[in-house]
Order: sequence, then structure tokens, then C-alpha cells
Amino acid sequence: MRVTVLYFAWLRERIGHAQDQVETDAATVTELVDQLRARDDRHALAFADLTAIRVAIDQDLADLDAPITGAREIAFFPPMTGG
Amino acid sequence: MPDIRVQPDPFDYGQVCAAFAQAHCDNGAIVSFCGIVRGENGLQAMEIEHYPGMTERALHRIAEQAMTRWTLGGALILHRHGPLTPGEPIMMVATAARHRADAFAAADFMMDYLKSRAPFWKKERRASGERWVAARDLDEQALSRW
Repeated sequence: MRVTVLYFAWLRERIGHAQDQVETDAATVTELVDQLRARDDRHALAFADLTAIRVAIDQDLADLDAPITGAREIAFFPPMTGG
Repeated sequence: MPDIRVQPDPFDYGQVCAAFAQAHCDNGAIVSFCGIVRGENGLQAMEIEHYPGMTERALHRIAEQAMTRWTLGGALILHRHGPLTPGEPIMMVATAARHRADAFAAADFMMDYLKSRAPFWKKERRASGERWVAARDLDEQALSRW
């Protein structure tokens, strides 16, 4: 399946762009992260520490082991700092 | 329906409060809070990034949770994004209720949730350089109160 992967804040800066279009067979977020890490050094560095990363599937917060089957938009970002 | 606004433009806190109070004048209590950019430690500017689409959804959900949990006549969340300078208002919440206990609790709840459940990220700029603000454990722990 094809998903849009979005990056925000320092993840976007480390990767160097705000989104990737990804063709994937990943069943979970973690499997997608493994695939993204293999793209290049910038992605590998950005995803080095998963404890510092949050994920949203189709704009809803999710866990890293959540299934992504049927998802269209997956976003990665640091813990949020609004207010 | 809560009033949710996500905007780059500055806002007049007093004016928004007055309009909110006027629109909910059949309620006996109005509570509001405004967050302002602190100019401490030589802060020159702040940039707020957000996730368009998810931001509005998350803020709606937070306000609707508050309206389910407490007896409210209305709720408003306004949050800015983009560049800001010290002294400028960043965001505000307001609640209207028949009784003040509901209005205070709901405003407090919305603040706690939007700090760590709405997709905003702050970046600070000083003479020494730029850095992303780290999330505080305290903000996450605050959610366990509810």
C-alpha cells in the first residue's frame, strides 16, 4: 500500500524534508520505521531513539506497535509542547 | 459545539473574552486563561509549528471531552502558530458554566490536555542559537489528575 509519511519539528529538520510517499507492506508502525531507517543516514539518525518519538495514524495518536493496515497518513513527531 | 480557532494572527485577549462572555451571558460563570510568550533568558523569538488538520481535531476532542465531563454552556480554545515575540499572547481557553467549579475545572483540564495532546511544537530563538523546547515530564504527569 502507499502511505504519506509526515515529519514535524526536529524530526523534519533531521530528515531534511516534511514528507515521504512510501510504498510499504509494513503491518505495524514499528515495521514502517524499520523500512524508513533503511532509506538513508538522515532517516536512520532521526529514528535512532524511538522513545523520543510519537506517532499519529490518520491524525489520531497511536502506539508504535499499532497496526497501519489501510492507513493513508502516518505522522512522526517529538512529544508535543503546546500551551 | 466548542469554538476552536487555530491561527497565525495575533488576537486581542480582552476582546475575545468579552465576546465569549457576551455570547454566554445566560451562564453564571466565565473562566479564561491566556498563555503569553515569556521573554526570559534572552529569548528573542518563538516559532510554533503544528500539524494542520490533526491540530483542529485534537482541540475539538479535548473541548468536547470537557463539555461531556462538566456541565458547560460553552468552551473556547484559541491557539496561534508561526513566529511570536516575547509578550505576545500564544493561546487562550475560556469556559462558561452555571457554576464556577465546573468552569474552573474544565478550563484546567483543557489546558493540561492541550499541552501534551495537541500537535504543537515550540522552537525558541536566542542569541546563542535555536532549540526545540523539550516536553516536561510534569506536563505528562498532570494528565493523571483527571
